[in-house]
Amino acid sequence: MEDAILARLTEIFREVFGERSLSLSRETTASDIKGWDSLAHITLMLSVQRAFRVRLSAAETSQLKDVGTLADLLGSKQRRS
Amino acid sequence: MSERALTGLSWLPRAPDDFFAQCEALERSTGPAGRTVRALASTALDENRLNRLAKVVAALRAAPDALRPLTPFSLGIVSNATTHFLVPALVATAARHGLALECIEGGFDQALQDACDPGSPINRARPDAVLIALDHRGLPLRAAPGDEQAEEASVTAAVAHVDAVRRGLAANCGATCIVQTLARPVEPLFGSFDAVLPGTVRRLVEGFNRRIAERVRGSADLLLDTAVVAESAGLAEWHDPTLWNIGKIAFANACLPLYAEAACRLIAALRGKSRRCLVLDLDDTLWGGVIGDDGLAGIVLGQGDPTGEAFLQVQRAALALRERGIALAVCSKNEDEIARAPFRNCPEMLLREDHFSVFCANWEDKATNLRTIAKALSVGLESLVLLDNNPVERGLVRSLLPEVAVPELPDDPALYPRTLLSAGYFEAIAFSTEDRGRADAYRDNARREVLKEAATSVEEYLRSLKTVVDFRPFDADGRARIAQLIAKSNQFNLTTRRYAEAEIARMESDSTRFTLQVRLADALGDAGMICVVICVQEGEDWRIDTWLMSCRVLGRKVEEAVLDELVRNARERGVRRLIGTYLPTERNRLVEDLYGRLGFALLERKDNGTAHWALAVNAYTARDLPLSVSRSGNPAGRPSPAPDRHP
Repeated sequence: MEDAILARLTEIFREVFGERSLSLSRETTASDIKGWDSLAHITLMLSVQRAFRVRLSAAETSQLKDVGTLADLLGSKQRRS
Repeated sequence: MSERALTGLSWLPRAPDDFFAQCEALERSTGPAGRTVRALASTALDENRLNRLAKVVAALRAAPDALRPLTPFSLGIVSNATTHFLVPALVATAARHGLALECIEGGFDQALQDACDPGSPINRARPDAVLIALDHRGLPLRAAPGDEQAEEASVTAAVAHVDAVRRGLAANCGATCIVQTLARPVEPLFGSFDAVLPGTVRRLVEGFNRRIAERVRGSADLLLDTAVVAESAGLAEWHDPTLWNIGKIAFANACLPLYAEAACRLIAALRGKSRRCLVLDLDDTLWGGVIGDDGLAGIVLGQGDPTGEAFLQVQRAALALRERGIALAVCSKNEDEIARAPFRNCPEMLLREDHFSVFCANWEDKATNLRTIAKALSVGLESLVLLDNNPVERGLVRSLLPEVAVPELPDDPALYPRTLLSAGYFEAIAFSTEDRGRADAYRDNARREVLKEAATSVEEYLRSLKTVVDFRPFDADGRARIAQLIAKSNQFNLTTRRYAEAEIARMESDSTRFTLQVRLADALGDAGMICVVICVQEGEDWRIDTWLMSCRVLGRKVEEAVLDELVRNARERGVRRLIGTYLPTERNRLVEDLYGRLGFALLERKDNGTAHWALAVNAYTARDLPLSVSRSGNPAGRPSPAPDRHP
């Protein structure tokens, strides 16, 4: 389940940052990826919401520490829906 | 694919699976790459792919000639919202329209300063055009429900703000301004009453939009109708309050592809890049079926059948384009004579041979024929649009002639017109008297409006419609539609007798039967076949075995005209009486007393409602009806009577 989310997130990150070799772990943070600024973060969150068919509030998207917390958030949203 | 919405640019083919790899290859390429960039841009790109392609364009711009043959264009953007996401979407989309676009962004919420300061980055760059992308939340539009004066003051102030920006830009950089309308907010305050009550946000936005359109008309500036883009996408999808709160982002990023497409079409139109000719395939594009296999009687077209009506709508869309000055051409794999037959002999066809500038029906490949068409019209291939239901032909033309626009089509022909017209190939920024001069029906429409106003009674209105009712006996051309009417008419149907197509075919040559197929056309258009009658000779009487009519022509005196025609033919053949029968069903109460209304005498009414009526042919006098009659069929062995005209 978590691996599946991480794999899907990797695909999305690759599309958003146009970087086909990009790889992710639960510990990846914004400082690890070139171009992950606050505006790219918006595009990223929109792409994630579309792909996972969930809606995230401004509070939820701004409190993410790393890819792991994003994956956990998506996992809990999916379990609820 | 057919399920993709407009926001997904449903008329464009899907982006290739190796899109990102192709982007990387382009960045490494040397020499002019404009064609490849354009081909990649001409697929349905989502936000991430637009962003990626915009990076390619930015990288290529560094080298001279790398973007050839795209036409350079510079666009300033001033706004009171965040424009960051617009730029890559516009740059990539512009390549789809043959433009190498460069954007100069103004400061956040600095529209007036950017416009009025001669030293602002936009004014110094002297762009070709400036997009004034204002959001209603940043304009001085103050809701004041119930206060008409406040509404007027508010709209005036907002329009004045836009005018000031336009004046500033005109004075300082001379660019063409692209002003946009405002997307109506989703949230109601009162409900539907918002549209009625002065001073509501809804009325402010609508008032602003109307005034802005009036301001642009007659100026050199252009209008980007964002309101309509948003409505096409769906207002609830367009407006994303979370995004506005996070970063003053005016609309949902999912709508960026559609918005950028609308904006770039305008710019392309400004650069004279709109297309000029619609090339039409025939079989299963203009009618249902294959004319070469199915013949005239077998193709599906016309009123009464949902598929037939869908193809009529395709023809109507093509005619509407022709009337605004778009040339039409045919490109079909067919024998020339066979392909032309429906245009000549099928009364349901709206398109006629003389509507087409070029008619290419042969067995050459379509790419060759499209070249011929472009040459005949003295236009480039980039002026052509090919509408073709066959995915194989579409793919072939796209790969051989990437300059020709070929919209993807959904499976359902009912959606062809929407797909074609939403693709915006023929975007115009003006409509000249010269364009209108080509538009015959435009003139007729105007005449009809005058007639409507002049009509003071129903009778007069009916006369003003210039209705023509056409009678002919059953024949092979009409057979399928006759069978269909017999199979499905329930309301205006005296006996509800169903006959199979084979039985109907036999009636065509049965001398004991008198048959009529009736078509109706008027100033508003062609209603196609609307009535079927079958009479059976019994001694000196005609028994009206079947009489049915489409309910859409009720109240037009068609029944009276049909009876006139029956009596006229009965007289010619020495028939003394018409015998009418009413067989009641659940659904035909409408015509229970039809024969009585028409002057028949009741012979018998049974308990179950079945009634028999008779009309003496000699005692009958024809009526003065608000329509005229034509008789285009000439049954074997019978002389063709001259058309008679009712006054």
